Amino acid sequence: MNKHSILILLVLVLLIQSCGGGDEKTTPQENVDKGVGPIKTVFVGNIDASMVANGSKIFQAKCTACHKVDEKYIGPKLRGVTQRRSPEWIMNMIMNPEQMIKENEAAKKLFAEFMTPMANQNIPQDEARALLEYLRSLEN
Amino acid sequence: MKTKNYFISAIIIIALSAYFYSCSSKSDLSKDTDAASKVYVAPGSHDEFYGLFSGGFSGQMTVYGLPSGRLLKVIPVFSQQAENGWGYTEETKPMLETSYGFIPWDDAHHPQLSMTNSNPDGRWVFINGNNTPRIARIDLSSFRTTEIIEIPNSSGNHSSPFCTENTEYVVAGTRFSVPTPNKDVPISTYKENFKGNLSFIKVDKDNGRMNLEFQIRMPGFNYDLSRAGKAASKDWVFFSCYNSEQANTLLEVNASQNDKDFIAAINWRLAEKYLKEGKAKDEPGKYRHNVWNDDVHSATSTEKNGVKVLYPQDCPGLVYLIPTPKSPHGCDVDPSGEYIAASGKLAALIPVFSFSKMQKAVQEKKFDSDVEGIPILNYEAVLAGEVQNPGLGPLHTEFDGNGYGYTSMFLSSEIVKWKIGTWEVVDRIPTYYSIGHLMIPGGDAAKPWGKYVVALNKITKDRYLPTGPELTHSAQLYDISGDKMKLLLDFPTNGEPHYAQAIHADLVKPNSKKIYKLENNKHPHATLNEKDVKVVREGNIVRVYMTTIRSHFMPDMIEGIKVGDIVYWHITNLEQDWDIPHGFAVMGAQNSEALIMPGETQTIVWKPERVGIFPFYCSDFCSALHQEMQGYIRVSAADSKTEITFNKGQ
Ligand code: HEC
Ligand SMILES: [Cu+2]
Repeated sequence: MNKHSILILLVLVLLIQSCGGGDEKTTPQENVDKGVGPIKTVFVGNIDASMVANGSKIFQAKCTACHKVDEKYIGPKLRGVTQRRSPEWIMNMIMNPEQMIKENEAAKKLFAEFMTPMANQNIPQDEARALLEYLRSLEN
Repeated sequence: MKTKNYFISAIIIIALSAYFYSCSSKSDLSKDTDAASKVYVAPGSHDEFYGLFSGGFSGQMTVYGLPSGRLLKVIPVFSQQAENGWGYTEETKPMLETSYGFIPWDDAHHPQLSMTNSNPDGRWVFINGNNTPRIARIDLSSFRTTEIIEIPNSSGNHSSPFCTENTEYVVAGTRFSVPTPNKDVPISTYKENFKGNLSFIKVDKDNGRMNLEFQIRMPGFNYDLSRAGKAASKDWVFFSCYNSEQANTLLEVNASQNDKDFIAAINWRLAEKYLKEGKAKDEPGKYRHNVWNDDVHSATSTEKNGVKVLYPQDCPGLVYLIPTPKSPHGCDVDPSGEYIAASGKLAALIPVFSFSKMQKAVQEKKFDSDVEGIPILNYEAVLAGEVQNPGLGPLHTEFDGNGYGYTSMFLSSEIVKWKIGTWEVVDRIPTYYSIGHLMIPGGDAAKPWGKYVVALNKITKDRYLPTGPELTHSAQLYDISGDKMKLLLDFPTNGEPHYAQAIHADLVKPNSKKIYKLENNKHPHATLNEKDVKVVREGNIVRVYMTTIRSHFMPDMIEGIKVGDIVYWHITNLEQDWDIPHGFAVMGAQNSEALIMPGETQTIVWKPERVGIFPFYCSDFCSALHQEMQGYIRVSAADSKTEITFNKGQ
């Protein structure tokens, strides 16, 4: 784990403590397929509107050549994906697709179905997080 | 290589050496597993050095991993390359513009790595175009030619592009003297009308941008090779010159009459001072300056005219001539900056000059005579020593940093190792055959990496499976870590490997670019989102704004094109992943494909001449569905009423 992610974790821990639970919830730790890649734990709470706005912009620029929200295109339709997959899995799929479609059973299956490899669009972690938030916002 | 009679003697000597060496050395090496292990770079492992080889008459540069000799890339420089659209796409065409118009070829000779403190720094590599004098700069983060500047008043840009201590300048000496400015005169008026111009190209220390700062108007000799000084001699540049007879016909005989030609020593710091003082004259000189811009993924070509010229006669102390035996080629400065080794192709010895003695001789005015007012130093007064009986046809010297010089011998096809200070030959080894330049990683630098010397050979007769009349040129890699040089590897090269340089991979590898960021793409015809694709008619010009991503084009159905239209395919690759270019090819295109890097936009022009349906497709195998990456464009008659239609993303 690099310094950066330790720092982020620390900040997250502090945040959880300071909020004292409230209406935020963490993802359940057991029996969840988190995929393979840099993301081990993601904290998701209420939908953050500014993150959604940012995520939507990135989605338009880097993902729409292959994904539609409500229709299968080059890749799967993405509304509903946050119900199928854990937040970590989704972020790992965005940031680390090569390894995901080689080593993660669920992603391997998708690749076998779609044949085109999910593209690595060189998305940094904060942008992947914003994309996750955007995908979450599609559920409501 | 200059003339036919060297060639004939070379061939005789080759035949002889082939006879002498073939049996023994070949059978030795084929059993040498030690040699094999020294150049074995396991599959998946990386080489220790990048070798940057000129392609000679291919006009390009090739990148080899060393010590394995594996070919990594051909970088298009002066020649069109249909493989990736260099010189064919609208964006790259301006790179090959010159004052003579668009030129699709040149003869590329000497790669020169940019330097910091006289050591390669891994930022850029320069290379000269000989035929239509130019210097190119290649960016070592993208391995792409990003700038080409033409050199006016020059002809046969051979002693080029050697660089000073901190890449303040790259220099460019003319091989052929010509009238300046060029004009219609009888060739027999050579002595009176022909001049040799030495050009100093200033290099911006931050972005590498080149500027023709000044020229020095020299006597009409042939300027062959050059090196800058280091440490104490860092303010100087040394040029070898031949044809001091100023012959204009049958140079193979007439330019070899004088016992001594020259090395011209030029004080470039002093030149800068004279320039500041206004000693330079403004003179005409038309040239082009072509610059690539990564933000717009395009080049621009600018026409320029005029150059500042310094005359040695007006600038005391600017130039001294050092007499040097018969037609010197290499004039190579050792790592300390004190010694200058002059390799006279027709000489029986290698004179090595001393920079400190030269300084002393200048102070004490030990001049023998002068040429057009330029003092000729006394040979004995500047000589440090002579390497006696080195072999035949000494051509070029590099250094290992451990006190030895290595000189290539063109005529006797060998490398000769000699000791700095005692000047004695300590080892020699054959090359196969007719070695021109040689190269040691960092061999022109203050701190050579040493380890290997690479022979750059012109002739390979009998070394490989024959391939008809034209045989490959080759490079040979020798281990120089011990007392005795040892041949390890022999590999064919692309074009003529005229000269090469090598740099430790650690200085280049970490900076290697992986993609161009879409958000930085400022190409005026870029399409950054599939939903923005369009096809626009402007009179008979039709612009297709297209995107690619694995594995489809958008749009991939286009109608409403007419015979006589000029179609610009502006294609943006939306991939942001390393090593995923897409290709674009359309039936009947009279230029080439385009190969578009991730995040980049490139444009191919297509002029449909027949009605019908024309497929286009991706030529770079990009995924399992690559074969599905295709589209159709419909061409109607010139007078048809078919409207432009196309499909688009959401
Ligand atoms: C080159 C086309 C392409 C691009 C661009 C692309 N994807 Fe994908 N994506 C796919 C394919 C195809 C799959 C199915 C898995 C496979 O075949 O590898 C997929 C799968 C996914 C999945 C998993 C869906 C599921 O049902 O589990 C997510 C999430 C996803 N992509 C998000 C993104 C995001 C976010 C971007 C933009 C940063 C993006 N993708 C860009 C092609 C693409
Ligand atoms: Cu493709």
